[in-house]
Amino acid sequence: MAAVQGGLVDAVEEKTIKSEPVADATANNSANDARAPSSSPGSGVSPGVNKPAAGAAEDQQTLLAVLQFLRKNNLSESVEILRREAGLPEDSLDQKGGDSTGTGLGGPEADGRTDAGSLLSRVTVSSSAPSKAVAEDQPDVNVVLSAYSQQGDPALYEVYYSGLKKFIETVLDCHRAELSQVFYPLFVHMYLELVYNNHENKAKAFFEKFSGDQECYYQDDLRVLCSLTKKEHMRGNETLLDFRTSKFVLRISRDSYQLLKRHLQERQNNQIWNIIQEHLYIDIFDGMPRSKGQIDAMSGSLAGEAKREANKAKVYYGLLKEPEIELPLDDEDEEAENEEGKPKKKKPKKDNMGSKSKKQDPNAPSQTRIPLPELKDSDKLDKIMNMKEATKRIRLGPDNLPSICFYSFLNAYQGLTAVDLTDDSSLIAGGFADSTVRVWSVTPKKLRKVKSAADLNMIDKESDDVLERIMDEKTASESKILYGHSGPVYGISFSPDRNYLLSSSEDGTIRLWSLQTFTCLVGYKGHNYPVWDTQFSPHGYYFVSGGHDRVARLWATDHYQPLRMFSGHLADITCTRFHPNSNYVVTGSSDRTIRLWDVLNGNCVRIFTGHKGPIHALAFSPNGKFLASGATDGRVLLWDIGHGLMVGELKGHTDTIYSLRFSRDSEILASGSMDNTVRLWDATKAFDLETDDFTAATGHIHLQDNSQELLLGSYMTKSTPVIHLHFTRRNLLLAAGGYNP
Amino acid sequence: MADREERRFAEVSRESIKLMAESAGVELGDDVAGLLAEDVCYRLREATQSSSQFMRHAKRRKLTVEDFNRALRWSNVEAICGYGAQDALPFRSVKDGELYFVEDREINLVELALATNIPKGCAETMVRVNVSYLDGKGNLEPQGTVPSAVQSLSDDLLKYYQQITRAILGEDPHLMKVALLDLQSNSKIAALLPYFVYVISGVKSVSHDLEQLNRLLHMVKSLVQNPYLYLGSYVRSLVSSVMYCILEPLAASINPLNDHWTLRDYAALLLSHIFWTHGDLVSGLYHQILLSLQKVLSDPVRPLCSHYGAVVGLHALGWKAVERVLFPHLPAYWANLQAVLDDYSVSNAQVKADGHKVYGAILVAVERLLKMKALSLSQPVEGGSSAQVGSTMGSTGYRVSSPGLSPPPEPLTEAALGIASHLQAGGSGCPWEEWTPVPLPAMYSELYSFFGDSLAVRFSTGPGKGNYAPCNPSQVSNSRKEPSGATSNPDTTRKMPQLTANLNISPRQDGSPRMDPHPPSLAATGSGRSVARASSVQRSRSSSSRSGQRSTGLSRDVFPKARFTPPQTGPPVFSFLIGGRQMGRRCQGRRPFQTTFAPSASLPIPPRAYTHKLPVIGRVGKPVRRWTCSHYSLHLPL
Repeated sequence: MAAVQGGLVDAVEEKTIKSEPVADATANNSANDARAPSSSPGSGVSPGVNKPAAGAAEDQQTLLAVLQFLRKNNLSESVEILRREAGLPEDSLDQKGGDSTGTGLGGPEADGRTDAGSLLSRVTVSSSAPSKAVAEDQPDVNVVLSAYSQQGDPALYEVYYSGLKKFIETVLDCHRAELSQVFYPLFVHMYLELVYNNHENKAKAFFEKFSGDQECYYQDDLRVLCSLTKKEHMRGNETLLDFRTSKFVLRISRDSYQLLKRHLQERQNNQIWNIIQEHLYIDIFDGMPRSKGQIDAMSGSLAGEAKREANKAKVYYGLLKEPEIELPLDDEDEEAENEEGKPKKKKPKKDNMGSKSKKQDPNAPSQTRIPLPELKDSDKLDKIMNMKEATKRIRLGPDNLPSICFYSFLNAYQGLTAVDLTDDSSLIAGGFADSTVRVWSVTPKKLRKVKSAADLNMIDKESDDVLERIMDEKTASESKILYGHSGPVYGISFSPDRNYLLSSSEDGTIRLWSLQTFTCLVGYKGHNYPVWDTQFSPHGYYFVSGGHDRVARLWATDHYQPLRMFSGHLADITCTRFHPNSNYVVTGSSDRTIRLWDVLNGNCVRIFTGHKGPIHALAFSPNGKFLASGATDGRVLLWDIGHGLMVGELKGHTDTIYSLRFSRDSEILASGSMDNTVRLWDATKAFDLETDDFTAATGHIHLQDNSQELLLGSYMTKSTPVIHLHFTRRNLLLAAGGYNP
Repeated sequence: MADREERRFAEVSRESIKLMAESAGVELGDDVAGLLAEDVCYRLREATQSSSQFMRHAKRRKLTVEDFNRALRWSNVEAICGYGAQDALPFRSVKDGELYFVEDREINLVELALATNIPKGCAETMVRVNVSYLDGKGNLEPQGTVPSAVQSLSDDLLKYYQQITRAILGEDPHLMKVALLDLQSNSKIAALLPYFVYVISGVKSVSHDLEQLNRLLHMVKSLVQNPYLYLGSYVRSLVSSVMYCILEPLAASINPLNDHWTLRDYAALLLSHIFWTHGDLVSGLYHQILLSLQKVLSDPVRPLCSHYGAVVGLHALGWKAVERVLFPHLPAYWANLQAVLDDYSVSNAQVKADGHKVYGAILVAVERLLKMKALSLSQPVEGGSSAQVGSTMGSTGYRVSSPGLSPPPEPLTEAALGIASHLQAGGSGCPWEEWTPVPLPAMYSELYSFFGDSLAVRFSTGPGKGNYAPCNPSQVSNSRKEPSGATSNPDTTRKMPQLTANLNISPRQDGSPRMDPHPPSLAATGSGRSVARASSVQRSRSSSSRSGQRSTGLSRDVFPKARFTPPQTGPPVFSFLIGGRQMGRRCQGRRPFQTTFAPSASLPIPPRAYTHKLPVIGRVGKPVRRWTCSHYSLHLPL
């Protein structure tokens, strides 16, 4: 791992800048976000400055906003540096300071910035509304809200709304479904306008009258909305800010849109028209209007659907070429086979594998797109083990379902909150609500600590079994407890080489533990709010985390500050996962969207909408092509990453899905849920579809309801919620959960 | 969405705000209070919504106080203390006025401070794996059940277990006492319960060793009394062990020198204790116990000591049990017992002695049955007329009714209720399902036919309660009124004066040694011989009465007259009332039964009745020492 550090960060930095011109305007903004934090005080470089910012007035304004923010927080040195490097005249700030506002770019990890900083980071620039998003500092919330001040007669709101309702009800069927999408955002904005202008009773009546018309999957948001009846409450209400900062995205066919436009103009219904203009983003497409089913499948997120262009960027979802490891594999395999008495049978197979891995997948990123740590000898050994195990792997299928072993956490009265298993299934770790992390060995091999420094000096370093000698036999035990957090541990992840363990906690930190000494090595601070999830990259070294502050961060184990910050989610990030090729991370959020981020440049390259509740489980298929997501709505959705499309919906669970896992060869998808069941789905069949060009181009999907066909089995646990699933290298399914009667 | 109206959020009214402000010494205007109330509501909802996120991430279904406090903390609000208790907070209503409140009890802060969410005595957190589904199909274990290894023993617990069992079954009595005491109060031994229960089930293997049996029974008692233990279904196992001690012809009882009677008495006490305190844990337990007791009683092949156990067990379970099981069986059983008692052969001496024990036990049981029945009949009338009288009644009836053999307090009403509910819960088709209660007079007359006047003593003393003079007349009249109907009413009223008259004559007239109401050691030394002799007389007497009964006999005809017509049989009845009163003055608790013989013996009643009473304690040709011992066994308190 040590080999990578140093050069890595800079390399990434350079790439970021190069890739910039390619990215579109939206991505541009995200790139800014991502880069700003990496300009850590330590590195001494301010990358944002290298950019030819002069071109866009918007960027200039942004820069000024940053300056103003820094000044406000008495960071005069930083102001000076930034100003000098940006080539701004000294007085520019003073001139413009009045109207400009803070931005979301403030690096929250800088010391001394507590509340304002983290709030800023939470309400960062949203990709969908770049210009608006600049205005999110707490004291300036009035600026945002002031958009509501222009108003008509409050009494007429109901008339307007019901007039539109009547109109939409009378249009042709094919348009009605599409136009109905307008109801919800319109309803919310009108309600907020009423509240903002102190028409409390009118607002209540309005809510009373029309909240019943909204789609059921907006229930949660409506509940929040309904409790908000005063202008004062709007300040600091996150949900409201989300609504304000992002335009609600609708996809409507041109015909339907024309219809709506004509109607509103005929009626001189400026009130509604203004709202549509200001707060809605209508993504107009040519062609047939979509059906109700199609719309329902995609809607449900906090800020509407994803824009089509948001999912257009190219994603290199292919796998990286496996490093070639040769000699030992041959020898040992041969031996093993000779022992078993069936020689040579494996030879051709291995050749196949070799040739496959040699061929470069056209969809794979280049091997060096992201600097990855070099393989150590122990990693190679592990790879060999993995491949040997793989040859003994069971081929699963609808007729050949995996056996399931259940790891029950007994007497876990303190509350089990997270579980992880190592890839080779030798260790299991649990995060608990009492702030502890416990690690168990599930093999007969006990957990041992390395000897103390004094004792290490005594041992013979030349001996062959030095690795064995450094272990302290006295400390051998089946389990070890790691103390250090000061809040429930919500996320936990083993490093691929089994030397480290990551845990993220409510106390706002992520901790890196050594599994050699069973001590804490690093506490990564930066989130400042509960960190809901963290995960190691499949290649080690990097890890991603996400939490209540709505920003996902990419870290490297040897940097105490994040390398990237992925901002764009409108609510808590509830789960984070690395793509198998380590070039992408995916995050699920309470805003009911899933975003895929490019590690290289920090861009958001995919936004998936369709879930109707917070997303709590994500899993990439081992070939990297697909993504499965599970949410509190009890549904599993399947996504084609390359095309950016939803390709399947698996209904069956009755409660939140907390874990998803593909079998080693992607044939089976296992899902574990709060409803105490493990369900197995036929992944091969689910992904066996051809995406035609039309669907790919328009993003209109036709999902067939075939959950029942795809469901291969539903397995009850012993009244234990399933919070982790894992396929061993031989495709045995391991499930884990805390038994709490 | 139509139900939105009903699902309105909880609201804090402005009145509440005002009240709270007042309690803090601030006066608020209506406007301010209204605004504050609305803001509080809003903040509450906000906090609730964000707290649900903590719940979801903790992968729980239940929102806890902890979650809410976390939400508060993250919004820079002070957390609320004092609601972390595990017990559910009862939500009460005040009867007058529509006021609901959460009961706010005094809380011991020290306890609270040391409280953790982790129950005491729980085992360490651990991971266990089991193959749930093989090839996605076969389940190796039935699903939906609890893993068997939920509890596993830590080293400390194991050590504790070894020490305790060693101490209890070991030689040192002091050590045993300490161990038993600890077993009674230790709160951390829940995990060991199955092991202890297993040890106790070892009674079957030590049936030759009275001492060990006794120790095991003490262990049962300690476990039962431990307030921290939830016995659950282990009650069944404990009960079966105890039942074994009560009913089985233990190897130890072959040797007449062994006092297995005490053991049986103690076990019976224990049984009733378990039943009254833990009977609700196992449905139908009462039923099963009664069934097995009945089975033993109706099995003539069983040795007398088993029968004795059954009788003592029934007695310990309360008079209802006696009424239901023992009483209906009495006629059939009597013949067998009589046969034993009538056999004077030397070889039969031992068996006969046992027979006397059984006879005594039955007598004690039916005595109480009669008394309690009479009391229970009088109870409702009393309760209705005056609460005060009722309460004194309850307490007195209580004291009289618990002659040391039934340890758990069982006020009449409660006992009746409990038993009734158990009987309802029990399965149908049980032998006593078609059982109908025998009216008191009938019952008395039948019992009288067996026991003769020895019975009358108890019946009279029971409801009489001479020591509570003020309320006595009404009670007696009431209790008599119920069974005997309208005709008896004049009788009883006429009897009352006689009662006082007789009082003067009673004990002083006779200078017999048995007048002394002291423990039987005295009585035994004085009258061992005579009692023995008298018992034989009595037996023949009762056998004759029994045969008389069968052939619509003499005693049966005579009896009603004796009981209900004052001129003929008035004297004996009332004279015994006096006896009861006397003992009430002198002593309490279990003594009455020991002492009742003395006054009754001293009474000027026909010799026939006199002889009847004697054999209660009688055991022929036994060494004095053991005789007292066995006598004690009936009354040994625990």
